[in-house]
Amino acid sequence: MGILEVKNVNKRFGGLKALSEVNLSIAENSVHAIIGPNGAGKSTLLNVLVGKLIPDTGSVLFDGQSVLGRTPYEINQMGISRVFQTPEIFGDLSVMENMMIACFAKRDGAFTMQAIGSMMKERDIVEKAEQMLDSMNLADKRGMHSASMSRGDKRRLEIAMCLAQEPRLLLLDEPTAGMARADTNNTIDLLKKIKQDRDITIAIIEHDMHVVFSLAERITVLAQGTPLVEDTPENIKGHPKVREAYLGETQVAA
Amino acid sequence: MLGLNRKDTAILLVVAALAIFAPIILNLFPARSELAFFNAGYPDLMQRFVIFGIFAIGFNILFGLTGYLSFGHAAFLGVGSYAAVWMFKLLNYNVVPAILLSIVVAGLFSVVIGWISLRRSGIYFSILTLAFAEMSYRLAYSVLTPLTNGETGLQVYTDDPQVLMQAGGHIVPHLFGLEMRAREVIDVGPWQFVFPVGYYLCAILMLVSFYISIRIFRSPFGLMLRAIKSNQTRMTYTGLNPKPYTLAAFVISGMYAGLAGGLLASMDPLAGAERMQWTASGEVVIMTILGGAGTLIGPILGAGTIKYLENVFSKMNEGLLHKWFAFLPDWVESPVIWVVSKFTGEGWHLMLGGLFMLVIIALPGGLVEGGQRIMRLFGRKPKAETRTSTEPAE
Amino acid sequence: MDAIILQILNGLDKGSAYALIALGLTLIFGTLGVVNFAHGALFMIGAFCAVTLSKLFNLSFETLDPTKKDFLGNPLKVKTPYVQEWFGPDVGAWLIDWSVPLAILFSIPIMVAIGFVMERGLIKHFYKRPHADQILVTFGLAIVLQEIIKSNFGANPVPTPAPEVFRGSFDFGVLLGFDPNVIIYPYWRMVYFAFAAVIIGGVFAFLQFTTFGMVVRAGMADRATVGLLGINIDKRFTIMFGLAAAVAGLAGVMYAPINSPNYHMGMDFLVLSFVVVVVGGMGSLPGAVAAGFLLGILESFASMNEVKSVIPGIDQIIIYLVAIVILLARPRGLMGRKGVMED
Repeated sequence: MGILEVKNVNKRFGGLKALSEVNLSIAENSVHAIIGPNGAGKSTLLNVLVGKLIPDTGSVLFDGQSVLGRTPYEINQMGISRVFQTPEIFGDLSVMENMMIACFAKRDGAFTMQAIGSMMKERDIVEKAEQMLDSMNLADKRGMHSASMSRGDKRRLEIAMCLAQEPRLLLLDEPTAGMARADTNNTIDLLKKIKQDRDITIAIIEHDMHVVFSLAERITVLAQGTPLVEDTPENIKGHPKVREAYLGETQVAA
Repeated sequence: MLGLNRKDTAILLVVAALAIFAPIILNLFPARSELAFFNAGYPDLMQRFVIFGIFAIGFNILFGLTGYLSFGHAAFLGVGSYAAVWMFKLLNYNVVPAILLSIVVAGLFSVVIGWISLRRSGIYFSILTLAFAEMSYRLAYSVLTPLTNGETGLQVYTDDPQVLMQAGGHIVPHLFGLEMRAREVIDVGPWQFVFPVGYYLCAILMLVSFYISIRIFRSPFGLMLRAIKSNQTRMTYTGLNPKPYTLAAFVISGMYAGLAGGLLASMDPLAGAERMQWTASGEVVIMTILGGAGTLIGPILGAGTIKYLENVFSKMNEGLLHKWFAFLPDWVESPVIWVVSKFTGEGWHLMLGGLFMLVIIALPGGLVEGGQRIMRLFGRKPKAETRTSTEPAE
Repeated sequence: MDAIILQILNGLDKGSAYALIALGLTLIFGTLGVVNFAHGALFMIGAFCAVTLSKLFNLSFETLDPTKKDFLGNPLKVKTPYVQEWFGPDVGAWLIDWSVPLAILFSIPIMVAIGFVMERGLIKHFYKRPHADQILVTFGLAIVLQEIIKSNFGANPVPTPAPEVFRGSFDFGVLLGFDPNVIIYPYWRMVYFAFAAVIIGGVFAFLQFTTFGMVVRAGMADRATVGLLGINIDKRFTIMFGLAAAVAGLAGVMYAPINSPNYHMGMDFLVLSFVVVVVGGMGSLPGAVAAGFLLGILESFASMNEVKSVIPGIDQIIIYLVAIVILLARPRGLMGRKGVMED
């Protein structure tokens, strides 16, 4: 029984079948990659997992509890954090404030009315935020307006905010899209370190085979809205069905 | 001091000093001199400064922090005024129950309107609030006449119950016997300073409101409100529910508006539906933005500037202009006066509209941003607050 | 039955005005993505074009008529409008009488020019700014425009009559077999409705059947893609702004005889027209027109005594009430498209 169990999920948009009979199990503390060509239904699946879309049929269980029908913030509070393709951060606020928001969300839940006390006097929050920034090498940028940071820094801030919530499942949507090779490698190292330091399950939706094969312990190949194969990276590389459906199109860099 | 950091304390003290000495600051020129024209200190006007300051401070908590642009906040001001006058009619002229009720009623009213309007965002939210305010305005003039006294406006009549009124009790609004219109007049040489009781009550409440708004700005709640303005997607995916935060901000700003309405009625026990018209809602938007939306001091600056300019510019008449421009040759004087007169007296709103456009176009951050730019120009670090201060409190 | 027909007719002229303003608002909104709070002011300026032309035609000089005496025994002063002097008494009188319809010709170039100047001089700079800024700057502009009109024409409504032949009323009831004087409807309101129908039809035909219109509709659907095709969409959008301004102006010109123009008529209509746009669905032209007529007719039904006695005050708030219900039940409005203004 994995931490995330997707069973018989179907979703259609008008005449288009985006997901059909998707079954997926992500084991706790694993790094699980979901790959597939464009239009395979990766983004639809992700949006179902975080509550943005509700599937037509099927069930999604996180740690034995259904996530269907819950709003994105409720699902997040259950322990699923999402990193976006283009970093979503609070651009108008400082890096430290970004971090503190995530810490407050972890400590106080979806809504708490604390309108009078100063936020800077919340010692535990300030300390935790500073610690997180330190560990992500963002400490020297704490007062910076976060919109003015480089893309790589924004990505690290976003990941840091997700980690501050101590999620049990971290969902990454093409975390290295649009990055130069050096930045991509840094991100891979960062994710490896994150995995090493804590008990966390990571699910990655990715295009870049280099990233997938450097990180994943298990890979699910999605094609035309349905899982084709699920196996270890070694077996996936040689799998004829995968070659046919997917890898044939791209150069495998591994 | 009072749980604020040094910078915020300084801002609060400056505002307090301005409020306390307003009767002097606003009447810098000797009473009989030519320049007395620029004095703004007759008591009604000073009261309007601080009352509209309260209104704008509250509006800023909603618009400045969350970015939700309400075009219907005058409805809460109007409701507050009606509530206060009803207290005068039913109990007696003591302003305490009147002000309390005006805050409570405006709060309840804003829970209902906010709960519905906040189901939509952006332009839809603006139009919904506008629709609600216009609806209230029209109802106040028509069906609700028994409650609002229609076009005449709600006022206190001698046959009202006034159950707490004792024989020989005060027949004007008072604070436990201290009449609002009482004043101390001090003559210093040619200068004349008036210290009205009503003004000081308003000023104290404005300072309290301002202090609360600083605390809100620096609180975790204020941080969440700024998060709403910045990125609602990230907010929901960080496990936070923006709805109750926005509604809370809406209700708080509605209560501020109710307080302002209650004070207006306490200074002059009369309430009319025109206070709820959408032009009145537009006015508080203008004040907040002119001063600097999202900044602490901005709304007060904006409210003060607009009310002062309104007073001075609408007082200017053609006779006065002729006197001022008499030094010009006739052929220059006439066109100059013609142009200037379009912006003064009756034309004050033209001036207001133009000023507002200018601010939006060139200085979206308002007077506060203007001040910071000037500071930078002189090579000094801006002392005025920045919007994103993260320095720890002392 | 007769009462229902009468209310539908009564709703048509207001509905026509709402529809015309909402049409322009939607055009601007759909093409430029700008929420124009100054659109009501354009309607008002149109109405004052009619006022101005009527005043121009009435400009007179005084002569003394020695053959007649006034009550003091002095020669009678006679005012003769210049137009009568120049074109002869008959043509002059006709011009004065027909000043409102003639103002249509007079107003089109003015309104188009105002539209161009507004778009190029102001709105253009706000495409990339937040919607709140667009609302605010056009709100400021609306104040400025209405105050300029106020300072030139005064604060009181200026009566501007329709041509003599349209001043009577038409007895619709007789036509439909009811008793005389049950359903009577002023001629001018019929003219207004027909005029609005022609304009609306014209705008739709223009968008439907011309290449220009096709590009604009494509741009409304997906601006980025059209831009990628190498079509200069901005220039076309400027022209659309001029067109929308002209539509609002024409709506105002013809409305002048129905309601004497005053400086705040634009704001009054704007608030309602926004509600109309929202009910119709942001970005939907047919929605704007349908909602305009629908709300105009609903408003006139709500002002029937039978309705008012059941729900007092309903006539004052019906439009807002409908808008609130629609926005909550069908957030996109009656015919709104997905993804418009939903950030």
